[in-house]
Amino acid sequence: MIRHDYSRVDPKRRANLDYKKRQWANAEFQQQNYEHRLNLYVVPPTAEITLEEFETWAINRLKVLSELEACSFRNRSPEETAEFMKGILDKYLPLRSASSKSQKLQDERRKDHYSHFILRLAFSSTEDLRRRFSRLETMLFRLRFKDDDLRERQEFVRSLNLEWDEVKEDEKRELREELLAASGQKKGEEQEWFKVDWERVPELVEQRKVLLKRGKAYVPQREQMSLVVAEFTKKLDDALELTARALPRLDEDDRLAPILAHLSQSFTAPDAAYSSSDANIDGLSTISANSIDTLSQNFPLCMRNLHTTLRENSHLKHYGRLQYTLFLKGIGLSLDECLVFWRRSFKLMTDDKFQKEYKYNVRHAYGDVGGDANRRGRGYTPYSCQKLLTEPLPGPGQAHGCPYRTFTPDNLTSILQRVGVNDRDVLKSVKEDVGKQRYHVACNRVFEWSHKREIKKVKDDGSWGANDLDTITHPNTYFKRSWLLKHLGEGNAGLVNGSGGGEKMEE
Amino acid sequence: MPHSVTPESTPADDSSRTISQAGSIKSEPDTQDVAMEDAPTPPVAEKSKINLEELFDDEDSDDEFPSSAPVLKEEELSQPAPLKISSRSAFSDPEIMRAFYQRLFPFRQLFQWLNHSATPSPHFAHREFAFTLPNDAYLRYQSFPTSDLLRKQCIQMLPSRFEIGPMYSTNPRDRKTLRKASAFKPVMKELVFDIDMTDYDDIRTCCTGASICLNCWSFITMAIKTIDIALREDFGFKHILWVYSGRRGAHAWVCDKRAREMDDQKRRSIAGYLELLKGGDQGGKKVNARRPLHPHLERSLKILKEHFQTSILAEQDPWASEEKSVQLLNLLPDPTLKAALQKKWDSSPSRPSAAKWADIDALAKSGALSKTPRDLLEAKQDIILEYTYPRLDAEVSKKLNHLLKSPFVVHPGTGRVCVPIDTRKVEEFDPLSVPTVTQLLTEIDDWEGEEGEKKLQDWEKTSLKPYVDYFRRFVAGLLEEEKPVLKREREDGADAMEF
Ligand code: SF4
Ligand SMILES: [Zn+2]
Repeated sequence: MIRHDYSRVDPKRRANLDYKKRQWANAEFQQQNYEHRLNLYVVPPTAEITLEEFETWAINRLKVLSELEACSFRNRSPEETAEFMKGILDKYLPLRSASSKSQKLQDERRKDHYSHFILRLAFSSTEDLRRRFSRLETMLFRLRFKDDDLRERQEFVRSLNLEWDEVKEDEKRELREELLAASGQKKGEEQEWFKVDWERVPELVEQRKVLLKRGKAYVPQREQMSLVVAEFTKKLDDALELTARALPRLDEDDRLAPILAHLSQSFTAPDAAYSSSDANIDGLSTISANSIDTLSQNFPLCMRNLHTTLRENSHLKHYGRLQYTLFLKGIGLSLDECLVFWRRSFKLMTDDKFQKEYKYNVRHAYGDVGGDANRRGRGYTPYSCQKLLTEPLPGPGQAHGCPYRTFTPDNLTSILQRVGVNDRDVLKSVKEDVGKQRYHVACNRVFEWSHKREIKKVKDDGSWGANDLDTITHPNTYFKRSWLLKHLGEGNAGLVNGSGGGEKMEE
Repeated sequence: MPHSVTPESTPADDSSRTISQAGSIKSEPDTQDVAMEDAPTPPVAEKSKINLEELFDDEDSDDEFPSSAPVLKEEELSQPAPLKISSRSAFSDPEIMRAFYQRLFPFRQLFQWLNHSATPSPHFAHREFAFTLPNDAYLRYQSFPTSDLLRKQCIQMLPSRFEIGPMYSTNPRDRKTLRKASAFKPVMKELVFDIDMTDYDDIRTCCTGASICLNCWSFITMAIKTIDIALREDFGFKHILWVYSGRRGAHAWVCDKRAREMDDQKRRSIAGYLELLKGGDQGGKKVNARRPLHPHLERSLKILKEHFQTSILAEQDPWASEEKSVQLLNLLPDPTLKAALQKKWDSSPSRPSAAKWADIDALAKSGALSKTPRDLLEAKQDIILEYTYPRLDAEVSKKLNHLLKSPFVVHPGTGRVCVPIDTRKVEEFDPLSVPTVTQLLTEIDDWEGEEGEKKLQDWEKTSLKPYVDYFRRFVAGLLEEEKPVLKREREDGADAMEF
């Protein structure tokens, strides 16, 4: 396929290749034999494929990656993800083990190899895409590594020639307690360990799963995966950088450029479904700083919690302010009113401090200041549930995020009761949802319960369609729908998506 | 495509998680750092960007500190017109700041610290400095070939403080002229940590807000001890500089080459390794450590246990009131024991925390325990950790291109100089006795010592001296270690050329 010179032979060595050898080297470009099922994708593919294969293979792999991404946004456990992905992988990107004796082994491996490299080209253009691609490819690799045939996996690992120092018996004896404590292993489970620079296993370090001594990590044999995965990510990241630099030259091939552009666009869809129509609510008069207290009745729990915290402390920490400001912007509060709102809310703060330390951030969120890109994009988009559900948990003193996720079950129950959710069955189901990490299901459940009369009405009289009552996946949708339902028959048409032209929510 | 999301969202189980809004954060006011290139900068920044070359050109002729050899300069320094300063003068008074930068700030040591050798190199020249000017404008991407030029701009602009960012692949001032934006990227910076008292507000009883006292300072002391030893013993770092942040916290700069060259992922994993508390105020129990305890936590617990008795139980007395003791009960796993304690405390609600803490074991021994003693012990360990374990502002540590306030600048709110903290005597460090800028300037004027053979520099006449001396020794140690490395690099370079 498209040949790159990132596998460049250095000039001196090339000069030494005699004619015969060069011929032989050319021949190698034609076919590759895939010895292992797993691939670190170091060598780019070189044989020809058709344009059609080029596109379908890429789309198939893209499908796999986006399903993987969806799993992580839904907080699926690794087991659930593996279970769910099995069908998808079989359908779009099968990769059987040698033991399956399949006739298609080489074909499957070829497709895997090519599709990876095609997407690599498509997604190397921006930092964001690269990071996302590398993360998802790493997830895919890890998934396959885990379910690889044990023997084949060992062979694969051996073929990588990773260098690691074995921990000698006497050192093992000396560090025994600490080694076991660090890896969380039981005594008696005898184990081999190896020593590497800690930088090679950042994942294990981050999770405190290895013993560290003066910069060396003591890795148990069974964590080998982590090491291989780290190797995979590192190689991929480096290669993506190189690809990004080589990219301009590709533009010359006008058959590929449109396909690649299309692929990367379908990967950069906008933030989960905040549609600006959420800010135009029929019948809701212009929102001012004064109306927020009243409107907060219709806020989802995440925003209501911020509002109450703000009222209680006359302050919110940075992430909370950001989350709330964007939400308020999303419901249609103007920048000026938003500034009034914050100024008044921070009762204990001097004007001077407010002007100096807070005002700018609010303006930035609205795109009133900042770099060109920020202003052009009119600031940031209000956060979706997915975003709120996947960001790091709040620390001490912070109140941002989704309470269904960040509160303990007991605290969640009591805040729900405080906002009027007192139905025992609902509370119980919410607890169960939360236990299964289905946070937004819990939120939708609460919504349905607290709007049950209104929902029944619009369903019965047919004024709202099924689309209008789709699962809520965005706090701003929550607000809009809640407000409309609670103000039925007050002159608003009660159409959630404006004049029917609204964007469909994606989950 | 279904399930599409914004590229900055990250899955929960992924090690490569980044904090998604990092690009758009202006941190809490006390954390004087800024995240990324497009992070919000105060509005005036762009407009007030001054052509520095011009600044240097004019008025320089009669400048009393021409840019020449440092020795000469210092001589001139010791005889400026006396400046009327009382300790009540405002810290941000321009005259005070000018005198501070002219006479006290250890530019030369700062230069060597960042430059890693005595001869100017890109290590210093490509470093980003960010100035906060008296009108609160914020100037990013400043850089200086030498310490003299940095000094000169400080005296010229009188920043209320300045921050230090990474060294870039090219000179930060040239970044706009580069054809490709990707050619300008951060290549190294010290690994930094920020510990701030705000993160302790939910367990601190002695003071609130910006104020501190010696009692609550011990939170910071505990944090320094715990983090410092982990960085040394576990990661093998040697050159760690702790700096008082000027009000209610401390910063650490890990300066080893191996630390400076880490990418974001490695920074993130160190931050993760050191982070323990999880969850916000409504999240319930914040420490749920796996057992057996990881050796780092085991060691931390050993250190912190001592402090728990004095700093927490006796001084903070966190569960003194009736409603506060509920917090303690909530952290205990055993319903029987909780009921028994509740009963006991109902009859004497304001027993001091130390007594309440002792009650736990006493009642457990007397049989009010439905779980195993092991469970109780572990729960108690978790509580000790929740009240003593360092609370890092981890975001600061995770990014190569985060800026952090420079050592030795003046905190505009307190007037105190951000002095280094000697970890060997960390327990003795008293933030309230750290000299203020006005006090230091008065000390110069009051100085009556003999001028011996060697001309004394102004800072040597003040109580800043021990701090600068400490910093000098620290820098010397770092330079010593860098020396062979630099040489080796040069040799390697030569090899490559030959090849
Ligand atoms: S599910 Fe979404 S709308 Fe509901 S509380 Fe959580 S973040 Fe807010
Ligand atoms: Zn105090």
